[in-house]
Amino acid sequence: MSADALTAQHYIQHHLTNLTLGLHPEHGLSFARSSAEAAEMGFWAIHVDTIFFSLLLGGLFLWFFKSVAEKATAGVPNGAQNFVEWIVDFVNENVRGSFSGQNPLVAPLALTIFVWVLLMNTMDLIPVDLLPFYFQHLMATFGADPHHVFFKVVPTTDPNTTFGMALVVFFLVLYYSIKIKGVGGFVGELTLQPFGKWGMPANLVLEGISLLSKPVSLALRLFGNLYAGEMIFILIALMYGHNLIMDVSGGLMQLAWAIFHILIVTLQAFIFMVLTIVYLDMAHQHH
Amino acid sequence: MNINLTLFLQMISFAVFVWFCMTYVWPPIMQALETRKTKIAEGLAAAERGAQEQELGRQRALEVMQQAKTDAAEIVAQAQKRYNDILEQAKQDADAENSRLKSAAQAEIEQQANRAREELRERVATLAVAAAEKILQQEIDASAHKTLLDSFAKQI
Repeated sequence: MSADALTAQHYIQHHLTNLTLGLHPEHGLSFARSSAEAAEMGFWAIHVDTIFFSLLLGGLFLWFFKSVAEKATAGVPNGAQNFVEWIVDFVNENVRGSFSGQNPLVAPLALTIFVWVLLMNTMDLIPVDLLPFYFQHLMATFGADPHHVFFKVVPTTDPNTTFGMALVVFFLVLYYSIKIKGVGGFVGELTLQPFGKWGMPANLVLEGISLLSKPVSLALRLFGNLYAGEMIFILIALMYGHNLIMDVSGGLMQLAWAIFHILIVTLQAFIFMVLTIVYLDMAHQHH
Repeated sequence: MNINLTLFLQMISFAVFVWFCMTYVWPPIMQALETRKTKIAEGLAAAERGAQEQELGRQRALEVMQQAKTDAAEIVAQAQKRYNDILEQAKQDADAENSRLKSAAQAEIEQQANRAREELRERVATLAVAAAEKILQQEIDASAHKTLLDSFAKQI
């Protein structure tokens, strides 16, 4: 890929651009042909690749779990049920350990986050050029210029995904804070500590920042880890196609990074889940 | 890298996924897990109970066997006693019957002897009378035969 027409910079930028569908001021409703065009489309554009893969993986997760749940038996479980129960038990144990309130939403929410994020992160382990390569060739048959067809396969390297999830969690935190503590209790929590009622402005600043930092850190942590991981895969991929030594060492590095990345993939999904549980637990606590 | 409408679409997808998971995935699996937990607990309790009952049954069987042994010994002792009683009774009965028969026979013998004696006496008397008649018919010599007649009369 990186050989003749494209420079390394183009290659990297190409890989970091989403397949964006939107209303361009000059070209009308179209797919963006460069990252600049994508930016010009403004807010009312969608990342087709992100939506496609996140829905595909979410659907896969729910389809598999649902089919197991329908046939779930209290007797001896078969292989698939055993696997699902293992995950469900793992999530349930984390919820029980960290969440002290009573809320039937939290455990399914944690399960969805864990499995969905894990699946989306796992897309990072597919070699960076594989799916974009076939997609470009597919689009080329429809008359598109393959160099301007973008394709990002890891939805969690798109901040829209991570911020979308983090915002839903944030709204849940706000909703349950107000529901459990009442408006007064929630406002009191924001303004009356840690310095007591005479330090109200300072309290509001501190507590407000700590409240707002929750969704931001949640989203940026996942995005940053996966984005950096993908970036390293892209940089390793730049080594291919020069000579044999570069190819072999690139292959070894890719293998090593992929193995290490399995840890990050799982860990980030787990962290997102645990922090969600903890934030919701804090929302459920009286003071 | 741009924040755009995708954000809202992802939020909606996420919310729908969570709702779906909460409605159709989580409850049946949790229910199956809970049911299995209850079943296992029940099974263990039943096993425990079974073991206890077996132990109780074993003890009960031992008691019954002990009781049966005692009963049997008692019955044997009773039977022995009864046997002895019957034997004793039979002996006594036999003795009584024996002496009764003996005395009856004695009485019979005595009666027979008396009757024979009586009969003999009558016969002797008749004979004596006949003899006397004959003697009288032949000759009556009271003086000559006086001694004889006297001795007869004495004997009667």
